[in-house]
Amino acid sequence: MRFGVVVFAGSNCDQDCYHVIRNVLGKPVKYVWHEDANLKDVDCLILPGGFSYGDYLRPGAIARFSKVMDAVTEFAERGGLVIGICNGFQILLEAGLLPGAMLRNRSLHFVCKFVHLKVETTDTPFTNLYRRGQIVRMPVAHGDGNYCCDEQTLKALEANGQIVFRYCDEHGNVTPMANPNGSLANIAGICNEQRNVLGMMPHPERCSEAILGSTDGLTLWQSIVKWLEGKG
Amino acid sequence: MKKAIVLIRLKPSLMDAQGAVIKRALLQLGYNSVTDVRVGKLIELTLDSEDGSEVTAMVREMCERLLANPVTEEYEVLVENTD
Repeated sequence: MRFGVVVFAGSNCDQDCYHVIRNVLGKPVKYVWHEDANLKDVDCLILPGGFSYGDYLRPGAIARFSKVMDAVTEFAERGGLVIGICNGFQILLEAGLLPGAMLRNRSLHFVCKFVHLKVETTDTPFTNLYRRGQIVRMPVAHGDGNYCCDEQTLKALEANGQIVFRYCDEHGNVTPMANPNGSLANIAGICNEQRNVLGMMPHPERCSEAILGSTDGLTLWQSIVKWLEGKG
Repeated sequence: MKKAIVLIRLKPSLMDAQGAVIKRALLQLGYNSVTDVRVGKLIELTLDSEDGSEVTAMVREMCERLLANPVTEEYEVLVENTD
């Protein structure tokens, strides 16, 4: 089993992801440069956070046309696991690997803080070790995390159980007050219909070690390992 | 040579947080007749072509593929001659 961390021009969470996979999770990991098109020896791809191409035009709009993205799309279509975090989520949306789009945060502020999330489904390769309805703490750090999609798409997301994480308060109540960015239906993370592509604004790689204030993100990486091992 | 002006607007159904803040500031300045403010983007392209309709078609394609996000935005393309 090997993880790959895609490095775009302007990624800035690539090393955090690499560190967690290698030193905390103890699994093999390699960087994948955005001009590479070879993903043959990778089982799970991470599109990390950052500000690819300075967020010019729209976050993720330029990175989405990187050479590596054709390979990522093909990898995802073959059932490979892809997780996009923050800017990685925005890139997956722009690439059409996940439905919807991001708008500026409702407050217009860059929001950088710990938030509470409700794990809405454990039926994904990324969340199978959480409990359904579990409340977890993870940090967010973004200016464009206001998820938006049309009514029909939202209905499909709800009906198919594709909403993976929602912003909530510490008691698990999904309220407007607990929504840090104005995101539709308090959406913090969604997966595709096939459930092998996950996009999320919160940063699990920043809460995978006790010294960082929460280990709730580690469960996500462990879920991926469990799923890949079960498959192999 | 042609110049293409691309106007990109947030879909009317979407709340424009920037526009709302600007509207509030304008009202504070005493422009009481302002009832709505929407903020968009303007992109100017210069193209080495003499064929206006070809330019329009190509720039619309650019909008579909890259310049605008069809989920959240609408676009308008205006083409003029440069001299």
